[in-house]
Amino acid sequence: MPSVISISNLSKTYASGVQALKRVDLEIYQGEILALLGPNGAGKTTLIGIICGIVTPSTGIVLTDGYDIVRDYRMARSKIGLVPQELATDMFETVWDTVNFSRGLFGLAPNHAYIESVLQQLSLWDKRKQEIMALSGGMKRRLMIAKALAHEPEILFLDEPTAGVDVELRRDMWHMVRTLREQGTTIILTTHYIEEAEEMADRIGVIRKGEMILVEDKTSLMKQLGKKQLSLHLQQPMAEIPEALAQWQLSLDGEGHDLLYTFDMHDEHKGISSLLKRMSELSINFTDLNTSQSSLEEIFVELVNGQQ
Amino acid sequence: MKQQPQGTKSTPNRFNHHGVWAIYRFELERARRTLLQSLITPVMTTSLYFVVFGAAIGSRMNEVDGIPYGAFIVPGLIMLSLFTESLMNASFGIHFPKFTGTIYEVLSAPISAFEIALAYVGAAATKSVILGLVILATSTLFVPVSILHPVWMATFLILTATTFSLFGFIIGIWAKDFEQLQLIPMLIVTPLTFLGGAFYSINMLPEAWRSITLFNPVVYLISGFRWSFYGVSDVGHSISLAMTLAFLLICVGIVWWIFKTGYRLKH
Repeated sequence: MPSVISISNLSKTYASGVQALKRVDLEIYQGEILALLGPNGAGKTTLIGIICGIVTPSTGIVLTDGYDIVRDYRMARSKIGLVPQELATDMFETVWDTVNFSRGLFGLAPNHAYIESVLQQLSLWDKRKQEIMALSGGMKRRLMIAKALAHEPEILFLDEPTAGVDVELRRDMWHMVRTLREQGTTIILTTHYIEEAEEMADRIGVIRKGEMILVEDKTSLMKQLGKKQLSLHLQQPMAEIPEALAQWQLSLDGEGHDLLYTFDMHDEHKGISSLLKRMSELSINFTDLNTSQSSLEEIFVELVNGQQ
Repeated sequence: MKQQPQGTKSTPNRFNHHGVWAIYRFELERARRTLLQSLITPVMTTSLYFVVFGAAIGSRMNEVDGIPYGAFIVPGLIMLSLFTESLMNASFGIHFPKFTGTIYEVLSAPISAFEIALAYVGAAATKSVILGLVILATSTLFVPVSILHPVWMATFLILTATTFSLFGFIIGIWAKDFEQLQLIPMLIVTPLTFLGGAFYSINMLPEAWRSITLFNPVVYLISGFRWSFYGVSDVGHSISLAMTLAFLLICVGIVWWIFKTGYRLKH
């Protein structure tokens, strides 16, 4: 896949001395959904701010579709739509006016048919004559997306798109993001919700203290870092784990009824079968078994804490 | 499309007229929504000045430089409103998006610093010029007004509106809150205007005060404008024009610096 955003050696130190980004390198590919994960203050919003022209980088180069964001800012910015974290809108304008304003601001001639289709898609068409202050929080968030889409961007940045949004709207939002991706838009979203990244993203980038500590395909990330756990419900409870089973580093749960075996995905083959064989030799019987896989959230927590 | 080194692409710098028009229209629309503050309030205030200074006090005063007092103060009053409204409109126009956070959209748009300033300052100046003309029309209801040099009058009107709108734009970016926004207009511009010969000819002052007053830039703006009406002035009209242009250039320089450094706009 060709790269649409190419970031190299990007650093940002604020006037206060805070180093928000440290030599970040990142390639964002055409048509993908990239989720940027990271705790508060990790540098996600700064990274987006630089790419979109709101924050000035200290060092480094960002190319959007080959255009330098500083030297060729007009071409670079015209390709990007930004939905910021804060619901910042003019309260007294109508929905229709503000979306058309956004299109004009990005240098495009009016296209009422296109704006209508954006508003229809976001279920805002019926509200087009309303003043923004009359909209609900969820509707305002949709409006922010409509404004970002008004100039037909190829790349869409969603900074915490579902923060403080109810479950139904979140599902709607996900559906909309998928539709946009199907239409060819590249999407970069930052989120606190691992569930969201897990549900949506093709690739996941993790930022911690201004450093991009990992960028990985979601499924391979889960495979590489995901832990699987085998839980065996024993016929007879165990007081302690027999010496003969020490090599599997098992643990007990459920007052000795559950024997737990945690293993890395790639150790799967040798681990389970040999364990079960050994248990059979020792006549330890079980009535039920269950395997579970660690979620992205667990991986994330491990990454962020583990590397500190 | 010209290919650049390092495999980057480049295109010619195309003027974003749709963007300028969008901001300009938005700002004028804002004025329409707040028509009461934008137009009726200054007209009311000016009318009160005419009633007090023109009719009540003015009727007991001699002519100034051969002009009836009521008519003499018309250019000064227009300038007073022009200064205040240009400053308020332009400073509020850029400060409010900073305050609400909607500035993100302008900063992330493919629009140059020059185009942003052109749109905001152009809109503020347009409103001020319209207001100046409305006040001029209002004043004709109270006193006989003649304009000897209409082209010069329009030139001074537009230049002053533009300059003070630029000045307001700078204040709007500089101000950290709404109190600071009011600070410079209240503490500096209004006193300078009152002391700058809006209501009197500086020739009426004792010699020492007259010399000090010549350091007040507003004197030149009012004097030149009054000259375009009645052909009389405290200082030569070409000096007035030069001073107005100098002030304009200083403001343009500061705006250029603000965008170059991102001062209080970008992090």
